Amino acid sequence: MIPTTYYIVLSALLFTIGALGVLIRRNAIIIFMAIELMLNAANLAFVAFTRMYGIIDGQVFVFFVMTVAAAEVAVGLALIVAIFRTKHNIDIDQLNNLKG
Amino acid sequence: MSDPINLIANWLQGLLLGLGLSVGLTKIILSFVGAVVVATIGMLTVIFLIWLERKIAGRIQDRLGPNRAGPYGLLQPFADVIKILTKEYTTPDGADVVVYNIAPIMAVASVLLIWAVIPFASTVVGTNLNVGVLYIMAVGAFGLLSILMAGLSSNNKFALLGAFRSVAQLISYEIPMVVSLLMPVIFARSMGLVDIVEAQMPWFIILSPLAALIFIIASMAEVNRAPFDLMEAESEIVAGFHIEYSGMKFGMFYVGEFLHVFTVGALVATLFLGGWRGPWAEQYPILGLIYFYIKTFVGYFIVAWVRLTVPRIRIDQMLDFNWKFLTPLSLVLLIITAVLDRVLVLVNSERWVYSLVMFLANILIIWATVEVLKKTTSKPKRKEFPMRPVAMAPETSTSTEPSS
Amino acid sequence: MTTELILFFSLALIAIITGLGLLISKNAIYAALYLVLNFFTIAIFYLLLGGAFIAMAQVSVYAGAIMVLFLFVIMILGAEKLGKSNTVAWQRPVAIILSIILLIEAGYVLFWRTAPVQAAQTLPDGFGGPASIGNVLLNNYLLPFEITSVLLLVAMIGAIVLTHKQKTDKEV
Repeated sequence: MIPTTYYIVLSALLFTIGALGVLIRRNAIIIFMAIELMLNAANLAFVAFTRMYGIIDGQVFVFFVMTVAAAEVAVGLALIVAIFRTKHNIDIDQLNNLKG
Repeated sequence: MSDPINLIANWLQGLLLGLGLSVGLTKIILSFVGAVVVATIGMLTVIFLIWLERKIAGRIQDRLGPNRAGPYGLLQPFADVIKILTKEYTTPDGADVVVYNIAPIMAVASVLLIWAVIPFASTVVGTNLNVGVLYIMAVGAFGLLSILMAGLSSNNKFALLGAFRSVAQLISYEIPMVVSLLMPVIFARSMGLVDIVEAQMPWFIILSPLAALIFIIASMAEVNRAPFDLMEAESEIVAGFHIEYSGMKFGMFYVGEFLHVFTVGALVATLFLGGWRGPWAEQYPILGLIYFYIKTFVGYFIVAWVRLTVPRIRIDQMLDFNWKFLTPLSLVLLIITAVLDRVLVLVNSERWVYSLVMFLANILIIWATVEVLKKTTSKPKRKEFPMRPVAMAPETSTSTEPSS
Repeated sequence: MTTELILFFSLALIAIITGLGLLISKNAIYAALYLVLNFFTIAIFYLLLGGAFIAMAQVSVYAGAIMVLFLFVIMILGAEKLGKSNTVAWQRPVAIILSIILLIEAGYVLFWRTAPVQAAQTLPDGFGGPASIGNVLLNNYLLPFEITSVLLLVAMIGAIVLTHKQKTDKEV
């Protein structure tokens, strides 16, 4: 059996990569993907702890996180498409005025 | 002697253990051999299927089909395979080479992965996953990704258009497919395919014919067969996502499609037609294998039959049919089945009462649907044309004809 | 033990490499494909941790729906290759420093602050299967479950409203 610590370390690494992606990349779609990566890192920690304590609740939380991620992607991508229609760009540095 | 497949497996296991290998390694080798055998049988079946489909197509379209190479044209698919193997591989300019080459492999792999959970006979099964139904859906995602990758990487407008259409179609039709898959899960109280087969005392097609119908229609869309072959419509977008592929790379997509149709047949057989169940199937597992194959070919034949008789539908019709008809219908069926199941279990009904009530409920839903459709759909008004005899000469012709 | 460790480390390596691939790939399509691979490795981790249902849901939701949507939007917008934008010069180093701080913080919490992580327990039969998840979901978490359904409905309506083309007076 692999120690739970390993999974938590991996989860922390993936979360950091995701955070770095949000901070460095300027393409809105890739920033979205980095957020998905962070959510998945958190999910991995949830499942690892579920395995450790032998209680299923952590997996149920992963289920909820997946639902939230799906809803977030649906609305977020719709926003990106709407922005692209007016600005013809999804570089978030270019989106610096409140009026379209 | 009744179970030759396990006999061979046991013999092989004894042989490997006799060679001094550890138990774990033997298990891994046996699983590997099993996977290779299943994949090879699948591929070989495809060669036969291509011949079969062309023969059926010939009969339905009132012609002979392949009949030159070998008896009844049986060697025709081998000739095709040799031809396709010797063709040149072309890679379009500006293509994304890595993605372009991975896509056809994924297309075949996504289909072969489904075979891991299908029970071929009472003793022959890859693995009894307790989330088998969900696994089928998860693996289906690979196929979708492979089409997307092929369309994106080909650097071709038509390929991209085909990929667009495929995403719209496959994502839409996944919903009624998943919902109709839930009906056997409700009846069997399990998501494992082995449990589902074992629970089918009356076949589930009797308990829920509507679910079987929805599943077949939705799977036809999933495998892009006519009438749902919009993503490779020859007359509109040339060939869709695989337009730039040649040689065996194209062959992989072709094989994947045929194998997918066969897999749909196997799924219909497993989920609704009782899988390997039949007389004496439990005593003689080899009989179960034969029953399973016969049922699979029935499912395959239905899909081929529909493909060859129904013309292609338009893209707006395709989306309307799913979102305005198939999805609501499957959701209604799911709710009614779940409620009825709960009630029938509470009153502790006999198995035959349970089956009868479920069957009647399905018939009732079908009848109500037909009635609602009759009321609501507006028939396109037919313009009345005056009858004009076709073979008769126009009346004026006699007067203008020069007299002799 | 050793085979499990080899499996874990190779999968972890793939997960981290694909994560870095997402971070540095210029092409948005490649980034999406890297992320798909990453999600697969995470699904395999779930399987190793005894969550069969969650693993399958991960593959079908993430690879089958979410990433396909991403690829679809990338295709529609034709946004796979964006030119270099004039980013602020100090952004990259600051981001890297911040993430290193985050990592150190996580390591600190994990190794020094908390009680040592327990050894894993043996799992009951059918753990992580659909039946056990369904029991907990519909008994203990019924209200959150219903709320997620409302959330999904709202997201669906929101997406339709946002992408719906408003008819201006000119078009009518």
